[in-house]
Amino acid sequence: MSTIPAEYKYSSEHEWVSPAVDGVVTVGISDHAQAELGDVVYVDLPTVGDVVAAGDNAAAVESVKAASDVYTPVSGEIVEVNEALDAEPGIVNSDANGAGWIFKVRLSDPSELDALMDAAAYEEFCK
Amino acid sequence: MNSETMKSTPLCDKHVALGAKMVPFAGWNMPVQYKGIIDEHNTVRTACGVFDISHMGQFLVHGAGAEAWLNGMLTNNLHKLVDGMGQYSMMLNERGGVIDDLIIYRLGEDDFFVVVNASMIDEDYAWLMAHKPEGVTLENKSDAYVGLAVQGPACEEVFAGLCPGVTLPVRNGILCFEADGDALVVCRTGYTGENGFEFFCPAAQGVKWFERVIACGAKPCGLGARDSLRLEMCYSLNGSDLSPEKTPLEAGLSWCCDLTKEFIGVEVLRQQKAEGRPTALVAIEYTGKGAPPRHGYEVQLPDGTVLGQLCSGVLSPTLGKGIAMLYVPAAYSKVGTEVNVIVRGKAVPAQIVKKPFLKK
Repeated sequence: MSTIPAEYKYSSEHEWVSPAVDGVVTVGISDHAQAELGDVVYVDLPTVGDVVAAGDNAAAVESVKAASDVYTPVSGEIVEVNEALDAEPGIVNSDANGAGWIFKVRLSDPSELDALMDAAAYEEFCK
Repeated sequence: MNSETMKSTPLCDKHVALGAKMVPFAGWNMPVQYKGIIDEHNTVRTACGVFDISHMGQFLVHGAGAEAWLNGMLTNNLHKLVDGMGQYSMMLNERGGVIDDLIIYRLGEDDFFVVVNASMIDEDYAWLMAHKPEGVTLENKSDAYVGLAVQGPACEEVFAGLCPGVTLPVRNGILCFEADGDALVVCRTGYTGENGFEFFCPAAQGVKWFERVIACGAKPCGLGARDSLRLEMCYSLNGSDLSPEKTPLEAGLSWCCDLTKEFIGVEVLRQQKAEGRPTALVAIEYTGKGAPPRHGYEVQLPDGTVLGQLCSGVLSPTLGKGIAMLYVPAAYSKVGTEVNVIVRGKAVPAQIVKKPFLKK
């Protein structure tokens, strides 16, 4: 069973978004998504400073068999990326909701969060 | 392909019960992995794994003149085989291109067991039937068997538990025997580079033997690990690395082509041998960090000249780096040649290396 933290918001592309802290959110892929992908062997991280729009292809998570694009659910500037994934991409499997986060975005339009699913809706969506 | 035309092996429900993730492959609904590809890959390299290969095809060929006829259809020399032994071989079109690669076993005089690729069963059968002389019988027995590839250094212990008192055939050998009332075929071959055997039993008894192989210590493994294991050894996959437009010489498989005998396509091979092959299937290995190489990615020289597209590629679980194969113009096929693999617009440095990737 996948875990779906109640405090996060979710996109239909299976990314999660943390609550904003000082206007910055953390983005990762859901536990459900990592389980579907299988062993993650490479994460293509965005570049700090990139400005992205909601729906943009911002990163890629690759398993042995497939490359899967990561779309940012929110618009803004990339302020940090999870460089630990360069050396240990498997963290995305072992802790998708935590240490396996992928990038942080300074929100340009916080209202975009309202358009995302809450945990209950995402759980339903995964069924 | 929709689910109505997709075929399932007799082990399908068992795969699902074991937690497998099922994917379409060559028209079949097959397990790509159970727990994880890397774990399954490492299991085969260090212990023992079992793959469902029931989707592969089996033909029986017999009757007076069978050997002489098959020797004219296939690249390797069948006359070298004694009873109970098999060889890797290729079936070519008139242009010298590969229709299929296969393993053919000699059961007795003018009596052969042939194992072909799942995706090519119908095409191979049609091609052979169209060339078959009177007096030779060709039977497609592909639906009659469940096939299990048991691979890894612990395979002999697994076999000892599975069929007590029976001795595994020697490398490339075949043994037909009866156990528990079932007619069984065991071939000492594989597609992983490890010690192993391929086990064929009546389809209706497949689940029973699959469960026994697992109980004897083999871990179920999916097509994902099968692909990464074979690519580390540079074993060709038909449809990816072999094609009707490429000859076995271009694919680096001249060792299984006897150009001193006559067979369909031989003139083209002789000409390529004399004048040089236009392209060569080379192995490349990442020299820098980058996303895993995959089928279709473009490969360039450092100056941007396009050499070709990847046929097969994977991040090697054993070596921890990207490995791939592609056809390049023969002039650029030298070991040590530096290239770039283009992944989502980024150039990942790599170089041509000697085959196989994994030296065993």
